Amino acid sequence: MSLPIVDAVNEQYDSSTEPLLQIRDLEVGFQTQRGIVPAVRGVDLTLYPGQTLAIVGESGSGKSTTAQSIIDLLPGTGKVTGGQILFEGRDLTTLSAREIQEVRGNLIGYVPQDPMSNLNPVWSIGFQVEEAIKANNIAQGKEARLRTIQVLQEAGLSDAGDRLKQFPHQFSGGMRQRVLIGIGLSSRPKLLIADEPTSALDVTVQRQILDHLATLTRDYGTSVLFITHDLGLAAERAEQLVVMYQGKVVESGPSQEILANPQHPYTQRLVAAAPSLASRRIQAVKQNDSADTEIFAKGAIDTTLLERAAEREHAAPAKDLISVRNVSKVYRIRKQGFRTDELKAVNDVSFGVQKGTTTAIVGESGSGKSTVAKLLLQLESITSGTIEFDGQDIAGLRGSELLKFRRRVQPVFQDPYGSLDPQYSVGNTIAEPLLAHKVGSARERQTRVLELLDQVSLPASTRYRYPSELSGGQRQRIAIARALALKPDVLVLDEAVSALDVLVQGQILNLLTELQTELGLTYLFITHDLAVVRLVADNVCVMRKGQIIEAATTDEVFDNPRETYTQDLLAAIPGGNFEFGR
Amino acid sequence: MPNKKYASQGHYVAPLEDTPVAPIDKLDESQKARSTWADAWESMRRRPTFWISSVLIVLIVVVALFPGLFTSVSPDKNCLLANSNGGGEPGHPLGFTRQGCDVYARLIFGTQASVTVGLLATLLVTIVGIVIGALAGYYGGLLDSLVSRLGDIFFAIPTVLGAIVLMSVLPSRTPVTVALVLSIFAWPQIARIMRGAVLSAKNSDYVMASVALGVSRFKILLRHVVPNAIAPVIVIATVSLGTFIVAESTLSFLGIGLPPSVMSWGNDIGQARTSIRTSPQTLLYPAAALSLTVLSFLMLGDVVRDALDPKARARR
Repeated sequence: MSLPIVDAVNEQYDSSTEPLLQIRDLEVGFQTQRGIVPAVRGVDLTLYPGQTLAIVGESGSGKSTTAQSIIDLLPGTGKVTGGQILFEGRDLTTLSAREIQEVRGNLIGYVPQDPMSNLNPVWSIGFQVEEAIKANNIAQGKEARLRTIQVLQEAGLSDAGDRLKQFPHQFSGGMRQRVLIGIGLSSRPKLLIADEPTSALDVTVQRQILDHLATLTRDYGTSVLFITHDLGLAAERAEQLVVMYQGKVVESGPSQEILANPQHPYTQRLVAAAPSLASRRIQAVKQNDSADTEIFAKGAIDTTLLERAAEREHAAPAKDLISVRNVSKVYRIRKQGFRTDELKAVNDVSFGVQKGTTTAIVGESGSGKSTVAKLLLQLESITSGTIEFDGQDIAGLRGSELLKFRRRVQPVFQDPYGSLDPQYSVGNTIAEPLLAHKVGSARERQTRVLELLDQVSLPASTRYRYPSELSGGQRQRIAIARALALKPDVLVLDEAVSALDVLVQGQILNLLTELQTELGLTYLFITHDLAVVRLVADNVCVMRKGQIIEAATTDEVFDNPRETYTQDLLAAIPGGNFEFGR
Repeated sequence: MPNKKYASQGHYVAPLEDTPVAPIDKLDESQKARSTWADAWESMRRRPTFWISSVLIVLIVVVALFPGLFTSVSPDKNCLLANSNGGGEPGHPLGFTRQGCDVYARLIFGTQASVTVGLLATLLVTIVGIVIGALAGYYGGLLDSLVSRLGDIFFAIPTVLGAIVLMSVLPSRTPVTVALVLSIFAWPQIARIMRGAVLSAKNSDYVMASVALGVSRFKILLRHVVPNAIAPVIVIATVSLGTFIVAESTLSFLGIGLPPSVMSWGNDIGQARTSIRTSPQTLLYPAAALSLTVLSFLMLGDVVRDALDPKARARR
């Protein structure tokens, strides 16, 4: 079925070089109690038909606000305070609410960020897609139903007819995002705005979806405006880049040119901080390993696996500080009635961690990587197998033995907004472990708090502040300081940098590496992000469906992955194969 | 690459002086440090509703504590039947009751009983509700099931109906007993809210972090869970204070609250109903006092809720 609108777009795309979207000197402000706070300060941007343009920036840079102002989706207190948004020569900022409604959905499609919350859980998928189709006057009545199936099929759901009656919770995150993309493209819009469309998804799913989106938009001749925090993804998916910082455009132009030759200091910083396959461990690894690293780096291709295994054994005579042997964790899930189902979250996992090294556990959501962390921290009980810490089985620890163990193994969690008690000042938060273990006098504890704040590079005055006043990166520093308070041997970092902007992330990774050399810490680094692994880890365990499918040194895994799954993971890293100018 | 034909899309670099690059993630030390509660106070301070309701509440409490400051007329002695249902006159601005007592004086002296019942019942309900709700939500399991079902049983009994039955079998009826009886039927509401808030707080990362730090379970409940779960309870408590005062009046009106010898707004309203058509002032003034008190607490509850819930604040 060919829609007339498609032909119209194609014609225009072929014959005209008039810009489709032109933003001129756009200013957007948010009304607060203290007056209007500017969020976007004079942004210029040009997008031609059929082009893909990406706006890149960290959180708070105004990138989403810019996109939202195009289709008048600014949150209640936001307002365009100046400039023009020309779409096919028409200024969208001057349109009435009714007129903009015609443009929104019909001419400009929108794919929101979070596939989990952007579908209404009480209506079936079919109903929601059909609703969008009817609202945009694409088809009515019986035809709308047929069109719904077609849209879902195009979005990559092969059994669309059967799935119409299903509800959002029966769809995986990737499938929901496909549905949202389908809705966004259902009217064959001339422009599609995709606001971080895949940042909530696993990398392999992300790649599939972006590939699919690229195919669809190419077929329809739709221009795409990407909003992303990921420079690699932007460079890979868009011809044009616009780098935003503090509400302003700091650099814009063809992607490859900007990446190869970043001019503005901010862009240079971003490019330098972007983790990619090409990067190396942040700091020289420990003395006794450095020779091996050298060999791997130079002769990665011609050294055979057997030889390398032998080399590793030579280099690793030391005893493991943590040794995990055949550990499984089974959860019982209550089903209807009294029946229970077993879920094997961790299935027969074994690995060892040497003192002073970093071992990364990598996997996608649901792989069981966080459960391993919880088992090691004794926050969950082990179903079978043993975990030994410094020669001692941790499963049987009780009372003071357990306290002693907790002093030596400390966690840092993912969410810097959730892991600090909002009612506690920073000083009290850092002092809490000292208090719980009755270490020192009040004065000594204060001194230690100051020492710790200094170690994580925060000013002493921070101790009077509350978490709500701090940024994500600063909170994560506090969490690290708290974890270090008892001078532990091991830090378990569960996605500790995943929620942070790339520059802040780089800073925290540097801090962690410094602390490791300074204090001789051992890290267990749980993450979904392979690019980060390369920067910090000595050894990698790749987990999938509760099992470790590949375990080796970082260089081995990156240069010569054995398993197809690992290869897929590596290939899916956005911008992984890009040459970054640094 | 088709880019060459688009002249406006060349490599643009913003002038440095327009876009200075700040150090990464530097702490802004210019702002004063503030806790959640300090923030809440800051937000309340700016609202006229807060000041109006606070001034009214302070006034009501002062009247309850020192009724003698506001009138020199005795509310229950020197009542002359000659004045029965009389209108206002100098010295007796609000007129007289059916018994010939001064309405204004009875209003002033009746405050104490009404406010005592309200405050006492709120205090009891809040303490019981917080303790029971926190324990049930935090420890879960059998304790939670038992407490929740028990709460459901009390929840199912309408407060006034239950109070009528209980009050009619009690030997003495004083403000304290009325408050006790009201609390017996009202604690499940607070307990439920507390339980829900504790359930969400106990699953937060900071609780898990504290477990891993080696803080004991009970200390975590006291130090982290309760302080983070208490805000909604405070809001409900301020609102329910008003409803307790109303409940006392209802019981007294029905003749099973405070005995007629104790002066309260409820009693006065109850006694006034016989002469409502001939002399409405006997009903109107105590009813107005009651409404004003309840309104003050409701307004305060509203402000407190907004202050403790940052989302509501942002919407305004």
